Amino acid sequence: MTDQTPPGGNGRPVNLTACDQSFAATVRKHAGTNFSACLHCKSCSGGCPFSEAMQHKPNGVIRLVQLGLRREALENDTMWICVGCHTCSVQCPMNIDIAAVMDALRHMALATNAELPQPDILTFHQAVLASIQTYGRTHKLDIMMRYKLKARDFFSDMNVGLRMLAKRKLDLTPSRVRQVEEVRALFDATVED
Amino acid sequence: MATSKLIDMAYFPGCSLATTAKESNASLIAYCRRIGVNLIELPDWNCCGSSSAHSLSRQLALDLASRNLAQIPEGLPLLVACPSCTLRLDEARHHLQTHATARTRFEANWNRPFDSGLKIVHFLELLENKTASNNSNGHCQSLNGLKFVPYYGCMLNRPPSIRSEKNLFGLMEKILAQLGAEPMRWSYHSKCCGTFLSVARPDAVVPLVNRIFENAVDTRAKCIVTACAMCHMNLEIRCTRKEKLPVLHFSELLSLAMGAGDHPDWFARHLIDPRPVLTTYGLLG
Ligand code: SF4
Ligand code: SF4
Repeated sequence: MTDQTPPGGNGRPVNLTACDQSFAATVRKHAGTNFSACLHCKSCSGGCPFSEAMQHKPNGVIRLVQLGLRREALENDTMWICVGCHTCSVQCPMNIDIAAVMDALRHMALATNAELPQPDILTFHQAVLASIQTYGRTHKLDIMMRYKLKARDFFSDMNVGLRMLAKRKLDLTPSRVRQVEEVRALFDATVED
Repeated sequence: MATSKLIDMAYFPGCSLATTAKESNASLIAYCRRIGVNLIELPDWNCCGSSSAHSLSRQLALDLASRNLAQIPEGLPLLVACPSCTLRLDEARHHLQTHATARTRFEANWNRPFDSGLKIVHFLELLENKTASNNSNGHCQSLNGLKFVPYYGCMLNRPPSIRSEKNLFGLMEKILAQLGAEPMRWSYHSKCCGTFLSVARPDAVVPLVNRIFENAVDTRAKCIVTACAMCHMNLEIRCTRKEKLPVLHFSELLSLAMGAGDHPDWFARHLIDPRPVLTTYGLLG
């Protein structure tokens, strides 16, 4: 193996003078899992189906957090690509909930307006939430329209969409919650928090 | 039919089964009826929040799940059809059971206490203790040696907090084998299907899905059987290989074996037509 990538990933050196000493503790509190036990055995990264697509492998992100490299940890794309499939935590010998670390970093990145390396993934999540806020349920066609408008991606997947429409797999009318105000109130309550 | 009284269970179909995967919902309800389970759909259920609520806000994810949990008739277990909804709702259940502040919020929002004994059951768990005979209830059509690979996606992987609960590994193989199908071994049964990345990053999902198909074809299976509507969709829309296999919902095969008569409707809705394979095995028409 020629893996000499330092914890900063991508062959770049890590600047340890830029460390935020309290960062690891904050992430740990949000995530509710003790990643200081991480052995860096890389089982998580080996099992993760999206390791290849990530800027840092899952264990690399844990290393960034341990080192207190706040900005690097909050502005790389790994936690956005992470789908929360838990393949990693099932394989982790230290029983670390790696997906919970990714969740915490994502929430912290949003809360601090960190720069987003994968805006389209956030756009997608927002389109799903907008659909839930409108109908109380997800409406696939509505989500796709919202997503495509915002991501300015009009033509990819036209073919897939048309095939699904032809098979009556994309309903034109949404399935709705009757008391949708109740669902909307939950969104309002979250904004206040 | 000399069935004893039906057992009631609360039922959460979830968005996919209410829309895109209607075929799976119909076959699931038909199957439950046959094994003596009466499903009472939550009167005004909402989306479980899916990956997106969970990705962006923990509180919103918990609140959306709670609104559903608050609609469960007292004392009934909740049957959930979709593995991903099961995980979301069960995480909320676990959080409510272990956090007093969350329970207070639940009570304030929904004017009822949280039922601390609540059980959330995925459709597969319901079948766990069924033997071949009561699965069939005397209505069994053999699946005639149909070769399949079971695809669980990420449903067998759970976060450490709820890991100690029941594991459903091997259940699809066991039940379908009892009904006359032949499971093939492979190592891709728990590979993730890509879930939401299928929309924003198809470039990352296509190779993964193609690898899943490649492995399935190598085992000489004639179809992939999945228990998740999201997996079903991603496998169907993201496979770019020439040589594809039909992807069947687990509940479709069950209902077919039970002799449900309305399957032409379900099979016509697949993007990869399963009818040629099923016809070869003498399972249609
Ligand atoms: S599998 Fe667990 S212990 Fe190993 S590198 Fe990943 S998080 Fe650390
Ligand atoms: S939960 Fe995230 S990091 Fe872990 S294996 Fe799945 S995609 Fe990779």
